[in-house]
Amino acid sequence: MTFQTVWFLLIAVLWVGYFILEGFDFGVGMLHRFVSRNEADRRAVLTTLGPVWDGNEVWLLVAGGATFAAFPEWYATLFSGFYFPLFLILVSLIVRGVAFEYRSKYGKAQWRQRWDIAIMVSSAIPALLWGVAFANIVKGVPIEKASNGSLEYVGGFFNLLNPFALLGGVVTLTVFLTHGAVFLSLKTTGEIRERSRAIAKTTGLFAAVSCVGFLTWTNLLFTDINSQVLILSVLVALLWVAGMTANFVGREGWAFIFNSVAIAAFVSTLFYALYPRVMPSSLGAQFDLTITNAASTDYTLKVMTIVAVVMTPIVLIYQGWTYWVFRKRVSASQISNPEHGVLDVVSHILHK
Amino acid sequence: MEALDLARWQFAIVTVYHFLFVPITIGMSFLVAGLHTAWYRTGKLQYLRATKFFGKLFLINFAIGVATGIVQEFQFGMNWSSYSRFVGDIFGAPLAIEGLLAFFLESTFLGLWIFGWDRLPKKLHLASIWLAATGTLLSAYFILAANAWMQHPVGFVYNPEKNRAELTDIVEVLTQKTALATFFHTIPAAAFTGGAFIAGISAYLIIKGKDLKMSRSTFKLGAITMLISFVFVSVSGDLTSRIMTEQQPMKMAAAEALYTTQASAPFSLLTIGTLDGSKSVFQIGIPSLLSFLSTGDFNGVVEGVNDLEAKYDKQYGEGNYTPNIPLAYWSFRLMIGFGAIGAFFALLALWQMRKGGTPRGMWFAPAMFSLPFLPLLANSFGWIFTEIGRQPWAVFGLIKTADGVSTVVSAGAVLFTMIAFTLLYGVLAFIEVGLIVRVIKIGPTEEHDYADPHIGGSADKPLVMSY
Ligand code: HDD
Ligand code: HEM
Ligand code: HEM
Repeated sequence: MTFQTVWFLLIAVLWVGYFILEGFDFGVGMLHRFVSRNEADRRAVLTTLGPVWDGNEVWLLVAGGATFAAFPEWYATLFSGFYFPLFLILVSLIVRGVAFEYRSKYGKAQWRQRWDIAIMVSSAIPALLWGVAFANIVKGVPIEKASNGSLEYVGGFFNLLNPFALLGGVVTLTVFLTHGAVFLSLKTTGEIRERSRAIAKTTGLFAAVSCVGFLTWTNLLFTDINSQVLILSVLVALLWVAGMTANFVGREGWAFIFNSVAIAAFVSTLFYALYPRVMPSSLGAQFDLTITNAASTDYTLKVMTIVAVVMTPIVLIYQGWTYWVFRKRVSASQISNPEHGVLDVVSHILHK
Repeated sequence: MEALDLARWQFAIVTVYHFLFVPITIGMSFLVAGLHTAWYRTGKLQYLRATKFFGKLFLINFAIGVATGIVQEFQFGMNWSSYSRFVGDIFGAPLAIEGLLAFFLESTFLGLWIFGWDRLPKKLHLASIWLAATGTLLSAYFILAANAWMQHPVGFVYNPEKNRAELTDIVEVLTQKTALATFFHTIPAAAFTGGAFIAGISAYLIIKGKDLKMSRSTFKLGAITMLISFVFVSVSGDLTSRIMTEQQPMKMAAAEALYTTQASAPFSLLTIGTLDGSKSVFQIGIPSLLSFLSTGDFNGVVEGVNDLEAKYDKQYGEGNYTPNIPLAYWSFRLMIGFGAIGAFFALLALWQMRKGGTPRGMWFAPAMFSLPFLPLLANSFGWIFTEIGRQPWAVFGLIKTADGVSTVVSAGAVLFTMIAFTLLYGVLAFIEVGLIVRVIKIGPTEEHDYADPHIGGSADKPLVMSY
């Protein structure tokens, strides 16, 4: 296996991690007002994300950094080409992070309501747009050789909003909604848990339908490598059905695991369909960005491989450990003074 | 305006903004970790109050540091794609390593620290803030090494076929003296900033007579941190000046508005130049000091702008190799000046507060109020100097800023995102300052000691920390 293939795989792994982890963050963010009836509920819901959301987002930052380092041409073409969608995602991620941190700092109802809306919108936008972006990458976009010799995206913004890509967006949106609902049912108690489970049943169905539609379409696009992509696609569907069934019978842990593996299989399907291309051109295979023509030198890839091989297990261990430390369910009754802002509560009484 | 100018403005705005929060994060993470350790060691509740009080302020700041960092990661691809293609083989590696080594550490362990009060044994909880602080240092190191490579590219070969720079020696990139010097200048500057924050806010509490037991000790901590780090900043600044003169003589000449090559060059305190910055008409200076600063010898020869321009025209082809001289000249002085004023205030207040005294005089309140802002200005001008002085190069001697901009992104698109980011950042600044003021007005809260919890804590007790 060449270093280029290794890095193609590693970047796929980073996106898998990102979609599994921040996927449920997005879902919880979109749902948090719908599963709550009062302020204590809402704060309990957001607290399930508290210790983990920033670490989850770093998967994206590392995916971005790794793409820059391993495939600079891909990084450059993708982010200058998909300029506005990326801009919208960045704005959303900025607002979302600040909203999580600031929302409960202050007790005024209006302040919280505004941040709540911000959390919902800024979770929905990236959940939708990542699907749109990936669907476009898989399908191929207009890329041409520019006068300076580099392969540049020449499609403009509206080109990205084609039906296939929009369906891709619906897939990620509904999958993340379900993933978030299942996560909540696993991490909360009482009514929040029940409501989340109920929501996951409905959104799970929508996700299943859009996912099957999207994967069928994807298979039709790739006549050349059909059989493997087809097998992976069927696997995605089976895993998703398993997750829905587990949720249906109240096995929340299994539901979460199946959904996560289904997301992993979904992202793998897309990357498998791409390989060895990283950004196919719709204007002809001679303009495809591939793991060969987009890559850094072997020396750089080797250095990066060493770092990744040493660091990734360590990161996985301590990030996993965080989930272990905060493994207990959060219940609304644990939130003392829900109506008060965190900053306004004058005395923090820790238990003797 | 063209896409190029707009992209430069956008880069300057978002990066300078990011760097308002960065040094506060780096400096305060260590100081809060220190306060937490003091509580852990002594069990004195004043340190627990201080940890929680400054911890809150630190986290309000951290939130925006993280949020604005996300743009930093992607803007090279968005607005500077030609630059990214040219340097990716080298520049991408430190950025990716920064994420893997530093950002994961920072975010995970800070999460553990914030939410771990009654979920982690005290010792592990203390370790988590130290690990988060270590993360900020690692992050600074890798990104500064990337920036240092732009100031002084090493460990690479130019590949004309692909028109890009290719890495040949990562160790050299990460350990070249430019990277080390910048690190040892920027980190004390961050400590200076964190110290000023804590000192300024503690001084406010002292003026209001709030929690004097705590605020007097935290004032001392902040002010002493400032004084010590100012010494380090000056020493490393001096070192940086020498390295810079050797590697980018044009930057030093611009910083001094020194137009003609000169031995025993003076360090100017005030220069009045022609409006277009093409020559100086009046100068007050300290004889020979510039020669000493840049060469270590009072009789050393310092090259002037005009001679360097002629030399570069020959070396790199006809062009303009002179950066914006008034900006370079003033940003250099403002960096040193604002830092020195801050250090002076800290020294004066410390002196008056020795042996339990309280500072008197009209100067105290305004001086202490300005304390947190002075280092922010010094930092920003330091970077503006560093980056402006490098122009027209993006990577010195290799690729010009003008050749780095994305070719497929229109001026309108850059303008739109620039306005949007600027407005958004403006609103965030407003909200953040509001929250910080609120925390300061409420002041430190009463805290009670507690027994060592076990990992995971208890599921039925109220949460100490929740969103
Ligand atoms: C000398 C230090 C320094 C400098 C010059 C920069 N940063 Fe920074 N950055 C930090 C020091 C730092 C930090 C201390 O690690 C931060 C600040 C606040 C924080 O949360 O972490 C951070 C946050 C931060 C984040 C969010 C990390 C997270 O989610 O936890 C990203 C993606 C970046 N930065 C990226 C960049 C890039 C691409 C820069 C170059 C243009 C840059 N930063 C300049
Ligand atoms: C260490 C990480 C940094 C990197 C990798 C970096 C990289 C760059 C790049 C690629 C440019 C060229 C684009 C341009 O000219 O506009 C630039 C310019 C600039 N940077 Fe930095 N920078 C870093 C840190 C900073 C910081 C922390 C600040 C300020 C707080 C800063 C301020 C500026 C300014 C003001 C310009 C504009 C110069 C000009 O366009 O005339 N930079 N930097
Ligand atoms: C005391 C005298 C000081 C001297 C002689 C000095 C010198 C320098 C020099 C020469 C540079 C440019 C480095 C380059 O372009 O390669 C620089 C940059 C910088 N300075 Fe200072 N400085 C001083 C004080 C300060 C203070 C007080 C602060 C902030 C608190 C500060 C913050 C910075 C920052 C953030 C940069 C940009 C990062 C870098 O290039 O290292 N400096 N300084």
